[in-house]
Amino acid sequence: MRLMQSVVLVAAGLACAAAALAADRELNVYNWSDYIGETTISDFEAETGIKVRYDVFDSNDILETKLLAGQSGYDVVVPSGNFLARQIQAGAFQALDKSKLQNFDNLSPEIMADVAQAWDPDNSHGIVYMWGTTGIGYNVEKIAERMPDAPVDSLRMLFDPEIVSRFADCGIHVLDAADEVFPAALAYIGEKPDSKDPDVLRKAEPVLMAMRPHIAKFHSSEYINALANGDICLAFGWSGDVFQASDRAVEADNGVEVSYTIPEEGALMWMDMMAIPVDAPNPEAAHLFIDYIMRPKVIAEATNYVYYANANPSSDSMIEPEIREDPAIYPTPEVMQKLYINTPYGRSEQRLINRIWTRVKTGQ
Amino acid sequence: MQPKSGTKGRRIAIAIPYVWLAVFFLAPFLIVLKISLSEPAVSIPPYLPLFEWTVGADNEERALSFFATAANFATLFADGLYANALVSSLKIAAIATIVALIIGFPMAYAIARAPDRFRHILLFLVILPFWTSFLIRVYAWIGILKTEGFLNLALRGVGVIDSPLTILYTDVAVYIGIVYTYLPFMILPIYAVLVRMDQSMIEAAIDLGCRPIRAFWLITVPLARPGIIAGCLLVFIPAVGEFVIPDLLGGSETLMIGHTLWVEFFNNRDWPLASAVALVLLVLLLAPMVYLRRYQLRTWSFEKP
Repeated sequence: MRLMQSVVLVAAGLACAAAALAADRELNVYNWSDYIGETTISDFEAETGIKVRYDVFDSNDILETKLLAGQSGYDVVVPSGNFLARQIQAGAFQALDKSKLQNFDNLSPEIMADVAQAWDPDNSHGIVYMWGTTGIGYNVEKIAERMPDAPVDSLRMLFDPEIVSRFADCGIHVLDAADEVFPAALAYIGEKPDSKDPDVLRKAEPVLMAMRPHIAKFHSSEYINALANGDICLAFGWSGDVFQASDRAVEADNGVEVSYTIPEEGALMWMDMMAIPVDAPNPEAAHLFIDYIMRPKVIAEATNYVYYANANPSSDSMIEPEIREDPAIYPTPEVMQKLYINTPYGRSEQRLINRIWTRVKTGQ
Repeated sequence: MQPKSGTKGRRIAIAIPYVWLAVFFLAPFLIVLKISLSEPAVSIPPYLPLFEWTVGADNEERALSFFATAANFATLFADGLYANALVSSLKIAAIATIVALIIGFPMAYAIARAPDRFRHILLFLVILPFWTSFLIRVYAWIGILKTEGFLNLALRGVGVIDSPLTILYTDVAVYIGIVYTYLPFMILPIYAVLVRMDQSMIEAAIDLGCRPIRAFWLITVPLARPGIIAGCLLVFIPAVGEFVIPDLLGGSETLMIGHTLWVEFFNNRDWPLASAVALVLLVLLLAPMVYLRRYQLRTWSFEKP
């Protein structure tokens, strides 16, 4: 009996130790959907022996809600810069231990300086994973059919009722993200895109209302497949997502040609930042993963797969020329001048734009 | 000894459902109530505490301070959005329930009257969709209803329509989704009462010269009433707060309270206001739930006599 008890005890002890060891070798990553290299995760697992649990989201809001609820259980998360800024303020992240990030200096000093200025002073909480623009994705053939001289490189495609109404019959999707749409509407009427002035923000409403009757759906991820399948012909969306749609259409060989433009009025330049939650179960592995991501070869493979620019100039030589030389992905210096970044809205401004956004979407 | 332990056992048996209710209903309810009286903040969690220990300058003097606000409930009534969303949800749920009843009743009737050997297969078929994830089944409807989807291809194939129907991303798609998803909850309770119905009553009515249609209205429908009421409530209550189906199949103008709650919680990051919306919804749905409980207690039983 005694013997039996001790056997059970030892077995239980071993099981606990094994569980603790397993937890030590486990990493929970929460990233955007369709946003990583094909083999990035499996390569990392093979090299380190750390098991990665990989979850995805399609909106900053979902990530923020999980972070602010606390105990999200994630070790690495990827919010956009303006969200990162507010989450730092809420105390959601731990400071990065730069001594564990040997590849940190691979990142572009210019881009990291922008980040420090806008969102994360001293770059102490996050590194840039990838960045892109929010612009216009379209089905080349269907747009040309309806309007041969369509101004595809202008926000008039969306905000000029005369023009947008011509494409309503073939389907238009717009990101369901007030934070992305308001700056564009303000840029279109010549206001400061990042304005936080309530009177200026209200000026976006008539612009959006004029567009509203022609939009089939406001959604932040369905447009990838919808563009690729030819179900819609126009989308206001994220650059890399549109390129993925284009790529899927080529793979499916369905005769759909999808293209992306950065509007001449300017576009939002957003950056997605890798950061470690303050209560991450395994910050050690999180640092390993972030350092791994900053390796030129790893991030180049990811860029080659998802068609988003990274902030790692040392990876440039490994990026496929068709991507590196595409001005819609790596814009020319002149276009870069026209891009703008956004800072977080305060609570009452956030409520104001979301309330207007609800009114735009539902008519209520 | 014997009777005493008997009471003890009975007490435990009675206590279990109450403990269950306290843990899984009352406690979450109180938490939501607490948050609804608070104010949002940029912190973890994103609202201010209701009770706080304030420590004096000398680190000795402690006081429990209490702060609560009714501002969130005031917002709900000041902005017409919330009332509109609620009315729209009730309308969608009511229409979907009626459609489910119109489709579900004949199905339940047919199954109840089917020969014994078929009946079990038919019942099994009603329950079969539950073996696949609800989410995947709703996604499948996107493939069926979209412009280039199966339905449009089929209708064009047989020449019923020339140009594709726009169903996906409209309220019609939401009705289809809700009716499809909740139909088994309509069929099963109605089936349960119909299968126990004494067939000889209909025979008696017809022998006495009653026409079949009249016999149906005078005998079958009143006897099926408990099943109809239970089925309607089982469809109506979850449909009012439905979020996934309108999100996937509905258009942007489909306004439902579930989505309004989502916007408050996720987009505005205003947990207190979201909690206030949830509380109002809960109170409004409590009335039909209480009604359902009474009916369940009185008449509900799936066994065949």
